[in-house]
Amino acid sequence: MKKISRRRFILTTALVGGGVLIGYSATRPSRHRLANTELAQSGEHYVTSFLKIEADNTVTIYVPHSEMGQGVHTSLSMMAADELDADWELVKIEQAPAIDLFANGDVIKGFASEFGVPSFLEGLVSVSAIKVAELMNMQITGGSSSVRFTGEFGMRTAGAAARQMLIECAATRWGVAADECTTQLSHVHHNASGRSLAYGELAADAALLEPPKDPVLKDPSQFTIMGKAISRVDIPAKVDGSAIYGLDAKPDGLLYAAIRFAPVFGTKLVSVDAGVVLNRRGIKRIVELEDSVAVVADSYWRAKEALKLVTTVFEASDNDSTSSADIYAGFERSLADENGSKVMEQGDTEAAMESAADVIEANYRVPYLAHAAMEPMNCTVHIHDDKVDVWTSTQDALGIKARVAKIAGIAEDDATFHHSYLGGGFGRRLPFNWNVIDHATLIAKEFDVPVKTVLSREDDMQQDYYRPAVASNFKAAFDAEGNVLAWHNRFTGPVQTPGASHIPYAIANQSIRVVDGDTHVPIAAWRSVDHSQQTFFTESFVDEIAHRAGKNPYQFRMELLQQHPRHRKVLEVAAEAAGYGQNLPEGRALGIAVQESFGSIVAEIAEVSIGDDNQAVVHKVTCAIDCGWAVNPDTVEAQVESGIIFGLTAAMYGEITIENGRVAQNNFPDYEMVRMATSPEIEVHIVESGEALGGLGEPATPPIAAAVTNAIYILTGQRVRELPIKNHDFSRVNPLAQV
Amino acid sequence: MATFRVNGFEQNLDIEPEMPLLWALRDELGMTGTKFGCGIASCGACTVHVNGRAVRSCTTPVSAVEGQDITTIEGLASMAAGANASAPSLTAVQQAWIDHQVPQCGYCQSGMIMAASALLASNPNPSDAEIDSSITNVCRCGSYPRVRKAIRSLATA
Repeated sequence: MKKISRRRFILTTALVGGGVLIGYSATRPSRHRLANTELAQSGEHYVTSFLKIEADNTVTIYVPHSEMGQGVHTSLSMMAADELDADWELVKIEQAPAIDLFANGDVIKGFASEFGVPSFLEGLVSVSAIKVAELMNMQITGGSSSVRFTGEFGMRTAGAAARQMLIECAATRWGVAADECTTQLSHVHHNASGRSLAYGELAADAALLEPPKDPVLKDPSQFTIMGKAISRVDIPAKVDGSAIYGLDAKPDGLLYAAIRFAPVFGTKLVSVDAGVVLNRRGIKRIVELEDSVAVVADSYWRAKEALKLVTTVFEASDNDSTSSADIYAGFERSLADENGSKVMEQGDTEAAMESAADVIEANYRVPYLAHAAMEPMNCTVHIHDDKVDVWTSTQDALGIKARVAKIAGIAEDDATFHHSYLGGGFGRRLPFNWNVIDHATLIAKEFDVPVKTVLSREDDMQQDYYRPAVASNFKAAFDAEGNVLAWHNRFTGPVQTPGASHIPYAIANQSIRVVDGDTHVPIAAWRSVDHSQQTFFTESFVDEIAHRAGKNPYQFRMELLQQHPRHRKVLEVAAEAAGYGQNLPEGRALGIAVQESFGSIVAEIAEVSIGDDNQAVVHKVTCAIDCGWAVNPDTVEAQVESGIIFGLTAAMYGEITIENGRVAQNNFPDYEMVRMATSPEIEVHIVESGEALGGLGEPATPPIAAAVTNAIYILTGQRVRELPIKNHDFSRVNPLAQV
Repeated sequence: MATFRVNGFEQNLDIEPEMPLLWALRDELGMTGTKFGCGIASCGACTVHVNGRAVRSCTTPVSAVEGQDITTIEGLASMAAGANASAPSLTAVQQAWIDHQVPQCGYCQSGMIMAASALLASNPNPSDAEIDSSITNVCRCGSYPRVRKAIRSLATA
């Protein structure tokens, strides 16, 4: 990752007028002044646009990211509060309103420095051709970006800038030099004279200053809040039922919509027979849309029950008989016929294959996956008096506000977004996955009262934007001594995450190319995006190479990772903690996998056995993560546990299949989840390398599938090359003699 | 007319007898702490107590709870406290959920806490196997290891 110059960042942000923190330009007032003009109440002062200090010395920190359980409200506030030297007991944390004053250009800048504009934003650029300046106006929560970009480049700088301004005000008031002053627990002290002032007493003065352009951040040794396992602020409301999610919105006069979408993606509604439905209790109206029909009632249950009685005809399409088998056959044709486009080429793989003593080849495949967030997709819209109000759980509040306003035909300035907690996101609630938002707005246009459109679990599962099904063809070439000479990978696209198919291993000749994988099934980012399938592929095939070379999979990786000390370190820590190479209980084996994603490097070791039903049982997962350093170690552990279980669910059970052009699965029984009984023990080791902060929401998900299937290979001699694992029969056990 | 008590208060609702208790609580009474997850009693997000027993409210018609005592997440602590005005505002289970930082997105946790509370009330020292068979709720954030730790911390050995 290219290093971001903080100073340059601030200036650049100021130039485009999208500054998160201290940005100002010749034509605009500085942002904190804008905040003071437009938002501050009497006695309140915004010192930067993320921080408000009140006369009673309370500090309010505005967090511009969505809280979906990753603890971002707490972590980002810890970063600002620590740099500010605030008293944590006096810190209040609030969700930043969905207005561009609080947008986080840091996310865009962070991604741009990593690998260009992220895929989930590309459409915005190409579709609407909006300027980069407008692209900055976002509050997107995705790409494991909040802490490492907004936190590191926004929150910390905001806190440090505010602290510097408060010192300057105190020094002026006392007539002393600023460098004679210190700060602690929300006070500025002048130790020589024994004087001190609370931040609240200085805030009014500070609000008149232009913020410093390049505030000095703390050295980690000076941290007082960061690095501690501080309790998350969102948790108390989540144990007594008071936490409000999008589905819990209840504005006055609320009506509810149940909707039936065209079951085959991309087809249109032809006709509706609503029959006697309108006579049923509570039914208000049938709304016909281009590709769907909705029943609107005074209760969701009444709407949903009535919808069952509505008969619909949708247009026929070329995809009406398409099945998963057809889709996979198409993938095979693409892989056979196309050379694809270059992802990564190094050396001369073709020549190495021709001159090799031995070549192995393997085909891998993964199915579509649904997000299946616990809170089914929903959106409440109220269009009234040339204004629009919207309530929904989203990873993109500003984007949703703009989208709803546009469809409602109302100026964006007259749109109000009402924040809530998210009952899971995992990528489903990112931009472009807008079907629920669009339909809810179109339905609400028919009313002057608020209407809440709710997808049933079945709708949610069948009208998702899926983790793509992907097929991959691998070859590896060896010399006569068993050294690996070349790596060949052809996989079906698209590429959503550049770099996910790359390998860290020192193999001289590599050819990685992507072929066409487009189908009629809508796809999107799914927790860890391309890493979710690519890591299963690459870490499995590396394991195949190791076994073929007659080497221990751990040693083999370590040998080929000489240039990657951080990878080696997490492997080493995980292997030692898992007891790798030591005696295991009878019938168990350890599988290993490592992957770098979103700036963090994660090694996972799965302890697996084959149960009486010939299915794999995962007993324990030992994980080592190098995320640079840990802002909140308990949140790091929680995110790693979460990522592993999310990935394990996909590896063991996850499979969305297409039959007759539509999704065959309905609900949890046929899209099964890891539950208490199947959840392994998880041990997390945080490796603090002191490198740049890495992401946490996603990086623990990629390695788990290969870790489990690599163990299964040792136990059974069977190489799992297609997920999910549940589809395989391990009754013909032929364990490896030694590993 | 459907009649039952919710968190100690009698409710008389002019609703269809087949309306699931979940929607009576959420849409008729405005009590949104009980969550909709699957609608088919698979995920457990809608778990409430009926006469102290954990029940999935999304498939329980109100006619089945006529005259009975319903406890939801909003009333868990007050029902446990009863007439004891000095009782803490959270139950031991809720406090353990905070102490072990169990919830992530939190959406499933009302149901998770209701299921765990019912389990511990009937079996104060459950084995791992008993926890596994009683707590079948789905959590997409994977809070399971912490749910287990929190329940174990409450077990009276």
